[in-house]
Amino acid sequence: MALSFPKKAYKTFIHSFPILLLFFIAFTGFDLSFFLFNISFSFNFIYILIFFWILKKPERLGYGLVFCAGIINDVVQNFPIGISSINYMLLCTFALFIRARTLLPNLLYDWGFFIIAILIISSLHYTILTIVFDMPIRYGTLMFSSILTFLVYPLFSKIFNQIYLIDLRQENAK
Amino acid sequence: MAAESGRDDFIIAIRSAFLKKGTRQNFSLFTLLIISILVLSLEYFKSGPINKFRSITKDLIFKGSFLVSAPFVYVKDQYYLLQDHLNMYEEFQILRVKNFEVEKIKNEIDFYKSENIRLKKLIDERNIYSEDYLLAKVLLDQQSPFLKSMIINKGYKHGIKLGVAVKDQSYFVGKIINVNLLTSRILLASDLNSKIPVVIEPGGVNAILSGNGNNSFADLEFLPKMNEIKEGSIVYTSGVDGIISPAIPVGKVKIDDGIRYVDFFVNYSQLKFIRVNN
Repeated sequence: MALSFPKKAYKTFIHSFPILLLFFIAFTGFDLSFFLFNISFSFNFIYILIFFWILKKPERLGYGLVFCAGIINDVVQNFPIGISSINYMLLCTFALFIRARTLLPNLLYDWGFFIIAILIISSLHYTILTIVFDMPIRYGTLMFSSILTFLVYPLFSKIFNQIYLIDLRQENAK
Repeated sequence: MAAESGRDDFIIAIRSAFLKKGTRQNFSLFTLLIISILVLSLEYFKSGPINKFRSITKDLIFKGSFLVSAPFVYVKDQYYLLQDHLNMYEEFQILRVKNFEVEKIKNEIDFYKSENIRLKKLIDERNIYSEDYLLAKVLLDQQSPFLKSMIINKGYKHGIKLGVAVKDQSYFVGKIINVNLLTSRILLASDLNSKIPVVIEPGGVNAILSGNGNNSFADLEFLPKMNEIKEGSIVYTSGVDGIISPAIPVGKVKIDDGIRYVDFFVNYSQLKFIRVNN
């Protein structure tokens, strides 16, 4: 039986959700930052998105598209073009490495590896920007943002997991 | 034996993480990583065809970004419009009182202006207030703690130059830091990396206005130890860098626990059109 248009659109949306979200964030530079007691709280949403989906289902994102999202992010954020792509590719590498080494997926285990991955990537990001491109960037702010990204990972992981399960159910039904 | 199988596992994990192409992947991570490094190294070419290609790519991405964020910008505009409507009556009451004062000040200013022109003619002084500007539309409003910038729809094709001041009406917004063919990027005065030489009046105290990532206020650096800056003093650009025009109003001094801040005159969240000094 053929699916009605809204159902088909919903199914496509759920299936392409990670890609749509990745490009939406890359194009708009959207971040969930806020000011509290004159301190800026921000986290890197793209890192969470890439790490989670590469761990769960790498073919949903596609490395080529992650690379393109990195280029777009660099242009929008005024970074040297290519630096975000390197960060994202390295994050994919970390995630795929854990995926290949893990038999039973475990949130705590992923969470632990996530902090290691983002700390290495943030340090590399800082090193390239300051040493190679001589760009002024505050190490403290970058690390604070990385720690916040690490802290909110379980929350978004749970949300993404629900989306992943909906998609899986639709695939199984087919 | 166990150590050998452990090493094999590690190599397999590395291979699958780095070199293997997935079911629907056209490139391996390794290839893309190499391409990323090559693209990054192209940043060293600041002129020639690579720079032109980069400029066109940036223009295309900015236009795409403008289209993608258009619905969200519309929603944000509607929200501010609604907020303006709700606050209309209170604002009207305040503005009515202010209007009487403004009328009085306007008459005084007219007098001082004509006197100023007459005196400048006497000493043969050049007019520092440039009225020559280019009107540009804000395409993209980039507001993150690491970057406070805006993309405008005018580039070097329209005569935009690097480093020049950008104003909203007569108030300072920021300066041009990147010029493409059809678009340019403005670094807002609120950005973490923004350092603007300013002068505080009355008193003529020189300082550096340093952005802190907050859209409402910025810090004052390199102030003299003994200064008599009072709350409400006006901060203007000093123009000592030789690029930004002098005497553009930036904000008012606010003192909190002995620390001096500058409250911006410009509302950065509602900028639609800006003026670029020519």
